[in-house]
Amino acid sequence: MKLTDQEKAVLDGAEGEARAHAMDLIVRYGRALGAERLVDTNSVAGGVVGSLPGRRDVVPEDKRMDMNAVYSLLNLDSDVTLEIPPMKTKTYRLIEAMDPTLWEVQGVSSDTKALVDNVSDFCGKVGYQMCNTCTPYQVGHVPVFGEHCAWMESSAVIYINSLIGARTNVEGAQSTAAAALVGKIPYWGFHTPEHRRASHLIDVEYKVESMLEWGLLGYFIGEKVKEKVPALNGIDYVPDTDFLKHFGAAAASSGGIEMYHVAGVTPEAPSIEAAFSGRTCEEEIVFGRKELEEAYGWFSTGKDPDVDLIVFGCPHASLDQVKLVASLLDGKKLSLNTHLWMFTPNALRAIADRMGYTDIIRKAGGYLMTDSCVALSKVYPKGVKVAATDSCKQAHYLPAIHGFETWLGSTEQCVEAALTGKWAGGLR
Amino acid sequence: MGGRAALSNIILKGRGVVPGIVEGEALVTSQTISGFGGIDNQTGEITEVRHELRGQSFKDKVLVFPGAKGSSGWASHFQTVRLAGAAPKAMIFNIMTTKMALGAVVTRVPAVTDLDQNPIDVIKTGDWVKVDGDSGIVEITPATARRDQGNS
Repeated sequence: MKLTDQEKAVLDGAEGEARAHAMDLIVRYGRALGAERLVDTNSVAGGVVGSLPGRRDVVPEDKRMDMNAVYSLLNLDSDVTLEIPPMKTKTYRLIEAMDPTLWEVQGVSSDTKALVDNVSDFCGKVGYQMCNTCTPYQVGHVPVFGEHCAWMESSAVIYINSLIGARTNVEGAQSTAAAALVGKIPYWGFHTPEHRRASHLIDVEYKVESMLEWGLLGYFIGEKVKEKVPALNGIDYVPDTDFLKHFGAAAASSGGIEMYHVAGVTPEAPSIEAAFSGRTCEEEIVFGRKELEEAYGWFSTGKDPDVDLIVFGCPHASLDQVKLVASLLDGKKLSLNTHLWMFTPNALRAIADRMGYTDIIRKAGGYLMTDSCVALSKVYPKGVKVAATDSCKQAHYLPAIHGFETWLGSTEQCVEAALTGKWAGGLR
Repeated sequence: MGGRAALSNIILKGRGVVPGIVEGEALVTSQTISGFGGIDNQTGEITEVRHELRGQSFKDKVLVFPGAKGSSGWASHFQTVRLAGAAPKAMIFNIMTTKMALGAVVTRVPAVTDLDQNPIDVIKTGDWVKVDGDSGIVEITPATARRDQGNS
């Protein structure tokens, strides 16, 4: 791999031990990929994972409050504790272990709270922006078309690659941490124009019109094309951003899709020909009503109609989604047997507070939560066995991670289940 | 390796991903492996419900597989596996992705890819495999030849 003089100097320690280690990690990672060079980046979204369940337990108990030690081990894969300097890039933080105000409702222990507070202090000191969301793009962190980024979180990667035309691969906790310290990432994969071209054609014959249908379309395509690049043909209107957010999250859960095109909608696909740009189409796949029903049938864990928990906000909800749930709950009460937890970025809850949405949801018996999620933070009400959600991604993960029977339906059906305590939804 | 074994050994040439030389017994799967929700990161056991290796551990084995799938936390799960002492001895894989590359780097075991024959077809579980992550060369002593060696 070719390195610039500046990159070599950082590797040799010109900017200190931590940045030298970070550059070494990026170079070894780039060599593993087979990259020929690195590229500059000033947009990193990654996890500071020292407080997350599963990750925090890896750190020896006496070192868990020493953020230099925690970050060196978990984020930089270093055997020695490095003194962590400020991040060089704009750096956005992903999901945290708890909501900063509702952590007791979430059942989080005061030990975990202490870890989270300690991680927060560190983030402030080194410049990780504490948007604490899987959707940094919803709270102003929007890259420019063509910008080279280093983002983790598959649903965010597919969003910025496809809808904005930014360039990133699905990074990990260690590559984002190293990239943020040196402002470099291997020039490989979706950073290169060739890799971004479509490989599979999807003929969308069924008119997908709701968030649930878009989610199922994404889930179906992910299952079929795995990690390739699908191009959708037949979408004759501009879909809502929330539809596409759910579409991408689903496609990245069932498969490993990191980028897609929608002819006439996404920026690198003014036409279906432009989406392929000369690359041979490997397979043409039809999506009709039959395929929609097939995909819905893959979510088969829901059996018991007595629903204990409704989960909204996977990926984190937009203000419009919060508004919809608030309007459906306004003046009503949840069933005594059912919890309703909705997750949104902290910046959006601040607005929801001012608009009265948070209060409406609370008065009905539900919670609008931030910073966290049921899957990664592993927070949920005690005794839950049956859940319902309007998200294919969440319905994909809840049975696997928590063993919940999980129903999938529209937002309206989920709210109805929250009010009655009974699941009566399904594909319409 | 003795001269007798060398006659039946198979050599594959590819590209080194993580340097280092090691040898061990192969564990082969034709299915990709998930980090999050796919493995027990304390024991190295495959836990994914529909996986053909479910219940088997890759600890101390030369893991031969198509590549990584699933959550962006893949590398973190394999880093945890290493810290728990349950890492494979080496990795041989086909499909290069960022998850796979970063995962191999933080697992810190010799790894190779881009082999001139499909290693999933050529290598069988139980074969003895030498992995050279510096040169990208893989040397396979089939389990059958190993038995012959033992008998002679």
